[in-house]
Amino acid sequence: MATHQSITSMPFDTIGRPVLTSGWRRALKRTLSAYALSIPAIVLMVIMLIAPLVSVFILALTDYQLGAPTFEFIGLRNFKALLGDSVFWTSLGNTLLYAALVVPGSVTLGLGAALLIESGVGLRSFYRAVFFLPVMATLIAMAIVWEFMLHPTFGIANLTLVSFGLRPQNWLQDGQLALPTLAVIGIWQQFGFNMVLFLAGLVTIPKHLYEAAALDGVPNAWERFRLVIWPMLGPVTLFVVVISAIRALQVFDTVQALTKGGPNKATEVLLYTMYAEGFEFFRTGYASAVTVVFIVLVLALTLAKTFILEKRVHYA
Amino acid sequence: MATIEARDIRKSFGATPVLQGISLNVADGEFLTLVGPSGCGKTTLLRIIAGLEPQDSGTVAIGGRIVDEFPPNQRDVAMVFQSLALYPHLTVAENIAVPLTMRRLSTIARLPFGRALVPGGRAIRRSIVADVTKVASALEIEHLLQRKPGQLSGGERQRVAVARAIVRNPKAFLMDEPLSNLDAKLRVQMRTEIAQLHRRLGATFVYVTHDQAEAMTMSNRIAVMMDGELLQVGTPDQVYHEPDDLRVAEFVGSPKINVIETRLDDSGRLHFNGTPLGINATGGRSDPIKLAFRPETARLIDPGCGVLTGAVSHTENLGSDLFVHVRIDRVRDPIIARLVADAPRVSIGDVVGIDVLPSRAFAFGRSRKRIRLHPTGAEVA
Repeated sequence: MATHQSITSMPFDTIGRPVLTSGWRRALKRTLSAYALSIPAIVLMVIMLIAPLVSVFILALTDYQLGAPTFEFIGLRNFKALLGDSVFWTSLGNTLLYAALVVPGSVTLGLGAALLIESGVGLRSFYRAVFFLPVMATLIAMAIVWEFMLHPTFGIANLTLVSFGLRPQNWLQDGQLALPTLAVIGIWQQFGFNMVLFLAGLVTIPKHLYEAAALDGVPNAWERFRLVIWPMLGPVTLFVVVISAIRALQVFDTVQALTKGGPNKATEVLLYTMYAEGFEFFRTGYASAVTVVFIVLVLALTLAKTFILEKRVHYA
Repeated sequence: MATIEARDIRKSFGATPVLQGISLNVADGEFLTLVGPSGCGKTTLLRIIAGLEPQDSGTVAIGGRIVDEFPPNQRDVAMVFQSLALYPHLTVAENIAVPLTMRRLSTIARLPFGRALVPGGRAIRRSIVADVTKVASALEIEHLLQRKPGQLSGGERQRVAVARAIVRNPKAFLMDEPLSNLDAKLRVQMRTEIAQLHRRLGATFVYVTHDQAEAMTMSNRIAVMMDGELLQVGTPDQVYHEPDDLRVAEFVGSPKINVIETRLDDSGRLHFNGTPLGINATGGRSDPIKLAFRPETARLIDPGCGVLTGAVSHTENLGSDLFVHVRIDRVRDPIIARLVADAPRVSIGDVVGIDVLPSRAFAFGRSRKRIRLHPTGAEVA
């Protein structure tokens, strides 16, 4: 249709052949060079991102085992197996519970820290750096430090409890406590990142809105927060929530270092299941199916964010 | 309704003094304009009155009560900001309602569904809606109530900002260059509307602008500020016709007032280029004195008949008026004469003389302060 139109709109010579004008030719040339220039980026994107993604989706439909010379396509049998696998359901539930603890925790703490730093006068960069440290640290190394702090007999956590006359806890081996404990470590690690995002968002709120609020009779910090800060931070908050949720769904380091999914699958999470299936039991096809579930979760979050952001008014 | 009194206000930002002891009284119901070039401290003074900025020394009293210790929300003044500062996430109706919800509702009643929890909450909500509607209809923005500020034009936003300011009947209105973001035509229109609003409300207005035309057209009194000092406070007529300071004379009036350098001789007569001007003044002998006269008091005469003679360098025809720019030796800026439309036309390059009415000329001494003139009878000839 498009080519048809462009031909009819072109000038014709005496025997009815289209005349390629220099302008038309130049436009074609420009289109071609645009494609030529984007080829390196497209190639890299295919090799690094799209091809691995596609192969995961394909592997999820096979019975491939890591190192095996051959594999067969088995349709959706991996997914059917997942549906009947209680470990998978535990894992999915634990992952969602972990996210449900870490997201509110790290978002609230991040916002609180950002508001305190923004309203304070001294030592702002000190606080910024201190709260951001866990984000920069290697989580696996930090996990080992946490392991000692949480040690049932000589860990500082229990020593503190005992010194206050409270009962010591077996933080990482108690089925009730292990996942919440990991969530606390997750919050500790993530909220600094959220704080930085909130700080950036706070800076963009025009000062005159605070002043207008003051003259309009806003009596205290809480009302100022409700009238100006919270709504103006809306887009940033949405972004922070989605990023935190994606990062929470990705939890793996602390599980691998501290609990290995135990005790009794109490801290079994999606990425750990995937890792165990793929690299300990070598069931690559099955692990790929778990990965597909994970990708769908992350994708859903991303789409939800885009959808909500487009629906909302962008504040000038 | 209230008076506003500022006494000896001083303010520095770091080492830079911004306000150097400003004292100003605004009468109840008065429209006072603070005018001056950018950086003269007029906005800072307004912000100090509003409580947005603490002064280094001096006191502010509103309605006879000293408010130095009060935060902005307890001073009971409303402000229209240069940026208008509307809440972008709230509708026009919600924006206008903010000052009312903050004052009439308790913290709990302000929460969503909170009105149901508080006795009388619904009635207060209804009174707020009624007041918002009343103000909106007065400013002719009823049809915009459900829109967000981002969907409004500049003039409409302006009205919303004014509506938010007047809805709670504050003691005084402070306006910080509220028209500066509008286009020229709308600015002239809003100028009239704000002046009418002032007459209708009868409230005290303090209006900050760098535009002398806004100051002249809207105010009961004008306070001319420069370099952190208050140079003159007076009615538009006083400021225009009786400027106390050369800087006031130069700032007020468009086109700018004409200034020539003159000298005072031993017998108190003013000389320009060694020629007596026929004007006597008091002052130190051989003091340099700047003589200023408005374009409408300059008359074109035949060359050689007056002290000032030069060639026409430019003409501006405004239809009703014709401004003739004349270059004169040893005068930095061209002298501008305003002619009425039916005056004989002059062309660029014509050599003309300029006649100054001594009774309408102002002399300023070394400190730029006004010196009284004594016309010697004869006009400049």
